[in-house]
Amino acid sequence: MYSVNYHRAASVEDAARLLAANDEAKLVSGGMTLIPAMKTRLAAPSDLIDLRHIAALKGISVSGSTVTIGAGTTHAEVAASQELAAACPAFVKLAGSIGDPHVRHLGTIGGSVANNDPAADYPAALLALGATVVTNKREVAAEDFFTGLFETALGEGEIVTAIRFTAPQAAGYQKFRNPASRYAMAGVFVARGSDGVKVAVTGAGDNGVFRSAEMEAALSSNFDAAALDGLTLPADGMMSDIHASADYRANLVVVMAKRAVAAANG
Amino acid sequence: MSEVKMVVNGRTITGNVEDRTLLVHFLRENLGMTGTHVGCDTSQCGACVVHLDGKAVKSCSILAVQASGSEVVTIEGLADGSDLHPVQAAFREHHGLQCGFCTPGMIMAATDMINRHPEGLDEKTVRAELEGNICRCTGYHNIVKAILAASEVMSKGAAKAA
Repeated sequence: MYSVNYHRAASVEDAARLLAANDEAKLVSGGMTLIPAMKTRLAAPSDLIDLRHIAALKGISVSGSTVTIGAGTTHAEVAASQELAAACPAFVKLAGSIGDPHVRHLGTIGGSVANNDPAADYPAALLALGATVVTNKREVAAEDFFTGLFETALGEGEIVTAIRFTAPQAAGYQKFRNPASRYAMAGVFVARGSDGVKVAVTGAGDNGVFRSAEMEAALSSNFDAAALDGLTLPADGMMSDIHASADYRANLVVVMAKRAVAAANG
Repeated sequence: MSEVKMVVNGRTITGNVEDRTLLVHFLRENLGMTGTHVGCDTSQCGACVVHLDGKAVKSCSILAVQASGSEVVTIEGLADGSDLHPVQAAFREHHGLQCGFCTPGMIMAATDMINRHPEGLDEKTVRAELEGNICRCTGYHNIVKAILAASEVMSKGAAKAA
């Protein structure tokens, strides 16, 4: 790891000030992606601004059907929230499937969302739930937030502070894990809400998380796994690597979608 | 450089470290506590698991400065004098190790797992919860056996205490 200067932010405002003052600074929350990336020198920020001790970024609240999760809330906290389990069990289950227990104790939802790893789980949930990403400057619809591989709509000095969504009527998430890395090779989050059915796919698209109009159309008229029988997705735009070809991923996405719908209806 | 201050196994420790120093290196090199191992160094294997404020974390994936102000428990902090911790005793009893390299991380992960499941554990849960710990010798069977046995002993202990 290259040399780095550490700063512990006392508040979001403090973090924003530190971020503005240091050109090559990066924010760190749980650090479960950034610290390993720094160890391999894939990331080499001059300064690290630690958000982990900002109390205002932590916590889960469910008010009616509106769910708000502080960006600094860990995967373990999301996975263990009974309030959230009552509002959206699929979301809780997804959080409990990230990494391993030790990673879930530190990794945070805000960090995962801001990093937008193409195989991360949360982006699929946020997209399918039509969630809102709240930052220290504005609110951005998930649809507009995830813009590509490790790319988001976050601007200079912008910090994710919370995630908000309306609890769906039904939702499910299923992923096929890479047997070695355990990251999703295809993960599908389906959600049925008052504004229809949304299907979002992670781990498979060569430009990161995306919605599948084909599967949404099929499920809108019949929210049942059988509605996806015979449906094929084009391999065009699917990721292709040593683990799986684009064709294989295109098939896998439909299989995971069927399982996700079955889970949502289960 | 930063000054870090933390409570390690009940003892308040201060030290000056480069900001890039990982917690595991601070423990091993600054404090000489080499019970916590570095296995893969890529946050996969879990040999470096310690408890940070009561939760199992990989000490190779957090900086010492990030952990400053926290309470850390390492494998050296589990036993009560010469009396092994129930999880340590169960690993010995059930032969939950061969080469022993992964054992400190396994035991710290197991202790955390048992603490998080006061209702008790079954084999399926133990295996799922061991996702972050890799053992290249045992095939896990005896590790799982040891954790299940320790979980029983510890829940009985808790019942007695209550």
